[in-house]
Amino acid sequence: MMEEVKEVTSTLSVDIQSIKVTEVVKDGDTLTFLIESEKLSGTGVYHVDRTYDDFEWLQQHLFSQEEVSGIQGVIFPPLPVKAQVNASAKVIKQLGILGLGEWQAYCKAMETFVRQIAAHSILGKNNAVEIFLTSSDPPGRQRVRKNIFNRLSQAMEGMRKEGHKDVDEFFQTERDHNLVFTGCAKTAAERFLDVVQTEQKIAVACGHFSTALRLCVEQGEDPDKLDFSKVCVKLSEVFDSIQKNVTSVAENNVSTLGLGLDLESRYQEAEKEMLYRRTCKLVELETTRRNAEKAKPVKKAAMEEVKKAAETEFDHISGVAKEEIARLQAARVKMLQQALVQWCEKQLLTAKESADQFNQHLQAFRGMA
Amino acid sequence: MAASSDRIPPPLPATEEPGAATPDMADGDSDEGEDIFVNNSVPVAVSRGVSQPDNVNEQTPDLFGEEEAGSTTAKSNGVHSDDDNDLFAEADVELNTPGGSAPKEPSSSSGLRPASSFTTSPAALQPTSLEQMEEDEAEDSFDVDVAVTNPEKVGDGMGAYVAYKVSTRTSLAMFRNKTFSVRRRFSDFLGLYEKLSVKQSLHGFIIPPPPEKSVVGMTKVKVGMDDPSSVEFVERRRGALERYLQRVVSHPSLLQDPDVREFLEREELPRAVSTQALSGAGFLKMINKASDAVNKMTIKMNESDTWFEDKFQEMENEEQQLRKLQAVVDSLVNHRKELCGSTAVFAKSMAILGNSEDNTALSRALSQLAEVEDKMEQLHQEQAASDFFIFAELLADYIRLIGAMRGCFDHRVRAWQRWQESQSTLQKKRESEAKLLWANKPDKLQQAKEEITEWESRVTQYEKDFDRIGMTVRKEVLRFEKEKAKDFKSQIMKYLDAMLQSQQRIVKFWEAFLPEAEAIA
Repeated sequence: MMEEVKEVTSTLSVDIQSIKVTEVVKDGDTLTFLIESEKLSGTGVYHVDRTYDDFEWLQQHLFSQEEVSGIQGVIFPPLPVKAQVNASAKVIKQLGILGLGEWQAYCKAMETFVRQIAAHSILGKNNAVEIFLTSSDPPGRQRVRKNIFNRLSQAMEGMRKEGHKDVDEFFQTERDHNLVFTGCAKTAAERFLDVVQTEQKIAVACGHFSTALRLCVEQGEDPDKLDFSKVCVKLSEVFDSIQKNVTSVAENNVSTLGLGLDLESRYQEAEKEMLYRRTCKLVELETTRRNAEKAKPVKKAAMEEVKKAAETEFDHISGVAKEEIARLQAARVKMLQQALVQWCEKQLLTAKESADQFNQHLQAFRGMA
Repeated sequence: MAASSDRIPPPLPATEEPGAATPDMADGDSDEGEDIFVNNSVPVAVSRGVSQPDNVNEQTPDLFGEEEAGSTTAKSNGVHSDDDNDLFAEADVELNTPGGSAPKEPSSSSGLRPASSFTTSPAALQPTSLEQMEEDEAEDSFDVDVAVTNPEKVGDGMGAYVAYKVSTRTSLAMFRNKTFSVRRRFSDFLGLYEKLSVKQSLHGFIIPPPPEKSVVGMTKVKVGMDDPSSVEFVERRRGALERYLQRVVSHPSLLQDPDVREFLEREELPRAVSTQALSGAGFLKMINKASDAVNKMTIKMNESDTWFEDKFQEMENEEQQLRKLQAVVDSLVNHRKELCGSTAVFAKSMAILGNSEDNTALSRALSQLAEVEDKMEQLHQEQAASDFFIFAELLADYIRLIGAMRGCFDHRVRAWQRWQESQSTLQKKRESEAKLLWANKPDKLQQAKEEITEWESRVTQYEKDFDRIGMTVRKEVLRFEKEKAKDFKSQIMKYLDAMLQSQQRIVKFWEAFLPEAEAIA
C-alpha cells in the first residue's frame, strides 16, 4: 500500500516556495486538494492529491517524533480545522474566515501549512514531508500510533498546570503575553469575519435591487414610461457596479488581512500549546526533583538519574522553545506586514476602479437628462 | 343630453395621435409649447381652464371666464352627492390681477350654467391665444422654491412639538414678498392636506400626500431630541415635509389655492384639528376604504374608455413593483447599518491588538489600521443614510402618490355615478310628468315641468363634470409620469455623486495608510 516511513531525516527534493494547493475538488462529501510542487532538480513538477486525513497523517507523524530532542519545544504550524461540505454550525464557527466561499481561503491556509512545515528546520527534515509531497499514493488513512501530544489528555489535566509559575523570567513574560495576545488575535479575526459577512450581505442585497429594477421595465411606446424604464435600467447597472465593488472589497479582505489575522490567531494558539507542554515538563521536572530529594538511599541513585534526564530534556525543550519563539516573532511581523501591504494595495486599486465606474455612470445619467 | 350610459367620451388628441400628442397633452407647462390643439376638441379647452395658468397677466378670453368659476367648486365631492345645489356657490380661486376673470358666481337657485357654452363646437375656441398662453406659462411655471429647515423643539414634556421653518422664495406676483419664512408644525402640514383634499380632489387632481404620523417617533422626540434615532426621525420627517411642499407648489393648480398661499405666508395659522385620519398606515387605509365604497355602489361604471382601466391596472402593478423595491432597499439600509457596527467593533479590536503588540512599527501600523477603520465606519454611516434618504424615502413617497392617484380615479367614477343617477332621476321626473298630464292636475304639472328643467340642467352639468374630471385625471397621470422620471433621475444623480465622493475619500484613506504598512520592519 504505502511505503514504510523510515524515521530517517531527509532533505526535501522540492522547492518549498513552489508548493501550491492549486485546486480543491468536491467528491460527494469529501474534499480533495491538488498539490503541486517543483522538483529542485528542475526536471518537472509533482502533482498529488490529498484529503484532510492525509494532512492529519502528516501532522501526527511530526507530533510523534519522540527521538528528536526537544521536539516538545517546537511551535507546530497549525493545521486548520477539518473542512466539510455542508459543515455543521459549530464547524463553520471554528473555520471562521476560512469557511467562506468556495474554499479559496481554506486552500491558501492549507498551502501555508505545508510550506511552513517544509521550511521548518526540524520538521522539514522528517521523511513524512517528502512522502506527503511526492508520493503518488496517498500516505494513508491508517491510524498512526498514539503520539505524545494527545490533546485530549492534556486538556483534562490542563487548567491546573497552566498557571504554574515559571522558573525563567523570559518564559514567564512570554506566557503572560501570549495569554493576552491569543485572546486579542482571536477576537480580531472573528470581528473581521463579521465585517466580511456583512459586506457579503450587502452585495446580495444590491443584486436583488438590481434584479427588481429590471423587472420594472415597461413595454410600450409611451415616452414618459420609456423614460422611467431607461432610468430603472441605468440604475440597475449602477447597482451591479456597487455589487461588484462590495464583493471585491470583501474578497480583498479575505485574501489578505483575513488570512493574516486567521494565521496569526492560530499561531498564537500553537505557541500557547508549546508553552503549555513546556510548563507540564517543568511540573514533571519539579516532581522528579522532589522525588530525588525525598528518595530513600536505595532508590536515590535511580531517582537522580530520572531527575537528570528530566533536566536535560527540559533544557533542550527550553532551548528549542527560545529559538522557536524568536523565529515566530520575526515571521509573524513579516507575515502581517505583507498582509497589511497587500490588503492596502488591493483595496486601493478596487477603490480607484469603483470611483472610475461611478463617475462613468454619473456622466451617463447626466447625458440622459 | 342623451340619458344613455354608453356614450362615447369626447375624443382627445392623446387617443387619436398617441405618438406626438401625448407628451404635449401632459401639461401645458411643458417647455415644448407645441400645438396640442391640433384637434381642437372642447375637453382640452376645458382642462386648460381648469389648471389655472400662473401667467395671470395674460388676458384670459371670456371663454374661460365661466370655466374658472366652474372649476373652483368648493366642497362637493362625490361622497356628498346631495350638495349639488352648492356646486358653484363659492368660486375659490382668486387671481390677483385685474385681468383675471373669475367672477364670483352668486349662489342662484341651482347655480348651474347653461350647457351650451361648453358643448359648443371647436370653432368657438381661440386656439392661438391658448397656445400663446401655454408658451408663456411654460416660462414662468415653477417659480416658487420652498424649503423646510431648522427643526426646533418647542415646549416640554408630552405637550412638546417640533416647529419647522418654512422658507419661500418666489417671483410670482400673487405673494406679498419675494422671500419670506414662517414657522409651522407637523399638524399644520396635515391641515393643509385636509383642506386641499376636500377642495381639489373633486377635480381629479392628485393631492400629494404628506408624511404619516408616528406616535413612536414623536414620543422619542418629546423625551429628547439628542439621541441618534430621534435625530434620524426628525431629519426624515423634515425631508418628507419639504418634498411634500415642493410637490404641492410645483402643481400649477394647487399653487393657486389660497390655503397654500396662506400656509406659506401667514404668520400664525389656526391650529388644525381634524388630522386624525392620517396616522401611520391611515392614509392608505383611507384611500382603500374610499375605493371600497366606490366599488360597492350599485351602478357599476361601464367604462367606455379603456384608457382609464388600463392606467388603473398599470398603477396597481407599479405600486407592487415599488413596494418590492422598497423592501429590498430597506434590507440594504439595514445591512449598511450593520456594517457600521461591525466595522466599529473591528476597529476597536485592532486597537487593542496594536496596544498589546511589542514590535513598535507593527504596533503603530495596527493602530493606524484601527483609525482607518474608524473613518470607514463614518463613511458607511453616511452611505446608509444616503441609501435611506435618497432611495427608501423616494420609493415611499411614490407609493403614497400612487395611492393618491387611485383616489383621483375613484373621484372620476363617483362623478360618473352621480351623472348616471341624475339621468335616472330625470327619467323618473319625465314619467311622473306624463302621469300628471294624463291625470290633468295643472298645478302639479307646472311644478313637474320646473323640476324637469332643473334636472335636465343637472344632467348636463354632471356630464360636463365627468368629462372634465376625466380630462384632468388624464393630465395628472401624464404629469405624474413625467415628474416621476425626473424625480428618480435627479435622486439617482445625487446618489451617484455621493457614492463617487465616498470612493474618493476611501482612496485617500488607503493612500495614507500604505506607507505605514510598508514601514513595518
